[in-house]
Amino acid sequence: MELGSTFANPLLKDYVLDSTYDEMFTGDGLVRRHYGSVLETFLNLPPDEIARRKRSVDLSFLTQGITFNVYGHGEGTERIFPYDLLPRVITGAEWQHIEKGLTQRITALNLFLHDVYNEGKILNDGHVPREVVYSCRQFRREMRGLQVPRNVYITVTGTDLLRLSSGEFVVLEDNLRVPSGVSYMLTSRRVMKRTFPQLFRNYGVQPIEHYTQLLLSTLRSLAPEGRHDPTIVLLTPGVYNSAYFEHTYLARQMGIELVEGRDLVIHDNIVYMRTTAGLKRVDVIYRRVDDDFIDPLAFRSDSILGVAGLFNAYRAGNVTLANAFGTGIADDKAVYAYVPAIIRYYLGEEPILNNVETYLMTDPKQRKYATENLDKLVVKAVGESGGYGMLIGPQSSAEQREEFKRLIEADPRNYIAQPTLDFSRAGCLTENGIEPRHVDLRPYILYGDKVRIVPGGLTRVALRRGSLVVNSSQGGGSKDTWVLND
Amino acid sequence: MLSRVADSLYWMSRYLERAEHTVRMLDVNMGLMLDKSSTSAEGRWKRVLAALGNPHGVGWEDDYYRLVNSLTFDPEIPASVTSCLIEARENARQVRDEISSEQWQQLNRMYFWVTQDYSENGLNTRLADFLPAVIDGLHLFQGITDTTMSHGEEWQFIQMGRYLERASATANLLDLYHPEILSTPEVAAEGRQYQEWVGLLRCCTAFEAYCKVYTADLTADRVLEFLLLNPQFPHSLRYSIDCLRHALVAVHLSSGRQPVDDLTRVSGRLQASLSFVQVADILSQDTGAYLHRILQQCRQTHDLIFRFYIQYSVETALAM
Repeated sequence: MELGSTFANPLLKDYVLDSTYDEMFTGDGLVRRHYGSVLETFLNLPPDEIARRKRSVDLSFLTQGITFNVYGHGEGTERIFPYDLLPRVITGAEWQHIEKGLTQRITALNLFLHDVYNEGKILNDGHVPREVVYSCRQFRREMRGLQVPRNVYITVTGTDLLRLSSGEFVVLEDNLRVPSGVSYMLTSRRVMKRTFPQLFRNYGVQPIEHYTQLLLSTLRSLAPEGRHDPTIVLLTPGVYNSAYFEHTYLARQMGIELVEGRDLVIHDNIVYMRTTAGLKRVDVIYRRVDDDFIDPLAFRSDSILGVAGLFNAYRAGNVTLANAFGTGIADDKAVYAYVPAIIRYYLGEEPILNNVETYLMTDPKQRKYATENLDKLVVKAVGESGGYGMLIGPQSSAEQREEFKRLIEADPRNYIAQPTLDFSRAGCLTENGIEPRHVDLRPYILYGDKVRIVPGGLTRVALRRGSLVVNSSQGGGSKDTWVLND
Repeated sequence: MLSRVADSLYWMSRYLERAEHTVRMLDVNMGLMLDKSSTSAEGRWKRVLAALGNPHGVGWEDDYYRLVNSLTFDPEIPASVTSCLIEARENARQVRDEISSEQWQQLNRMYFWVTQDYSENGLNTRLADFLPAVIDGLHLFQGITDTTMSHGEEWQFIQMGRYLERASATANLLDLYHPEILSTPEVAAEGRQYQEWVGLLRCCTAFEAYCKVYTADLTADRVLEFLLLNPQFPHSLRYSIDCLRHALVAVHLSSGRQPVDDLTRVSGRLQASLSFVQVADILSQDTGAYLHRILQQCRQTHDLIFRFYIQYSVETALAM
């Protein structure tokens, strides 16, 4: 498409191109080849037709109850996840690179977890400082020496990727505890197929719909030994959890029971669920409850979401939990800085996907640099997720920077700093036509008998102009991600 | 099936049935206010309140329109239609994965429709349009339930909730009406009394069905016979209890548990007391006591369902 003719379209009048990588256009303002007909379709739709389709999509999300709960806003906090109709397109070649990189990374992180909870070779050899691991709040002493099926700790991972201005994908963070969002990936796809059937049919998009089936067979492959026809359940904290819709969705798509803590009872270290036909033994628990809350006897005693005695049943090998306990040490943001070293140590390979440069606040030199340059950096609390507890330097006030400086000095282990990243933008439908917005990408990685990744993931969008925060709790939205057959 | 799920489905269904009954009571009695009647306004609305179990937070204050509005919309009153729908939806939400998407969407639509209407119009909606629309919505939900859900255990618990609630409501209604009706058991009603009896039948959607069996001549013994003992009419007590028993038996078979003696006995006796009896037998005895016994057995059945399927102890379960 010609530069002039494309940008003459009134829908694109506010489209800005600068040094930031744009998913849809090259630096010279040419439409990237793999985006060609997507953009053309949207430009040729009359504006009220786009609005009509958008309304029907929003309504279908609401009546289907595809909503999330926002904490701290009192009653009536169900909201639909803001959704953008313009898909994000990734070429097959780009995806292959990502897939290889993620497989490598997850394999290494899993080996790291096994090592740390057993011999601790990597610590003895000094590749990761002992104190970084042991001072991590997610470190679970109780996991020491405990054997988990197939030595798999991280069954489900959601890794957040960003694309830098060079076009390179880098890893921003790994979510190894209870990552969420996969249901939005799946429902987005369904909605896109229904809303733009023709465009979709002609585009050669790789399928993702088999995710739930893969998840099920992954979970099945991790059943305790001797349990040939395992009963698998999904453990949810309940309807008030922000991801409850996702829990019901996955349980339904897999055809397994969705249980809450109060549905499970432990007797003689065996887990049962209460059914109308009496007690039924449970073998594998895909748990969406955090470590802290899962067993009031082993962890937080004030938790009413968990099951008393579950950890003992787990230790006895009578039940598998996915993910395992204590995986949070490997997505701690300070340990993150060592992931390239971890990959080299266990696999003897160079990382395929790079990390974002990270300053450790426990290192005096790096801390000094960071606290003097807070206006240029992003500061994050190591154990937080969801965009909570962070400072975005360039958009902060002097007061906030002082506050964080104080916090860092008070507890250096709890913070890391990273340069403010210039990550990529993709075209999105806004009130003013199509405008670029910052996006990330969260693919979901399954690990059972082997590593499996469905092509694509959740593309999250910072819907406010100029915003860098893509989290749903902070005004982010999502769009469908199309990985093409090249 | 998980016990918690059975519990939620049961209560979802009971709350929806309750909402429907409440709407119908209000709609019919509002209609009766338009004609002169043998019953005073106060007597009528106190009876409505009694039929709804004298709910908390609302009473007769000489303004029936306000009373109906409160009983329909006010989310602060636990027995209001809105509250019932909120409770039903909350129960459905707890078991979102067990009901069909169509069911959930319909319930959600109704919920948003009713609560939004209240937040926009407060207590000023045109009830005459609103009440029938709620009933339509509930009927649609039942239709969706019956056509989109497998008729397995889950559905059977929905049936239990629906018919136990319906049976209790009808028995309760008859209990309130019978002293008046039975003052002249075999004489055809006329004039104002006729309106009252039509009202009673309409509260159970039974007027047209009654006419098909007995013509439009209303006599007390026939009204009572129809609402208590008709085996084919879905709002009669006998039909409701038959359906309840059917669901209990189905669940019992599919759960593969030991005979649930008490539950079988109590519900079986309840069924027998409606199946093998003639209206003359009931009229010749203490009718009030008969109705009380039925209500009592309904409550017992409810308790036993709970004890057998939902809140059993681990020890009893492991012993089986």
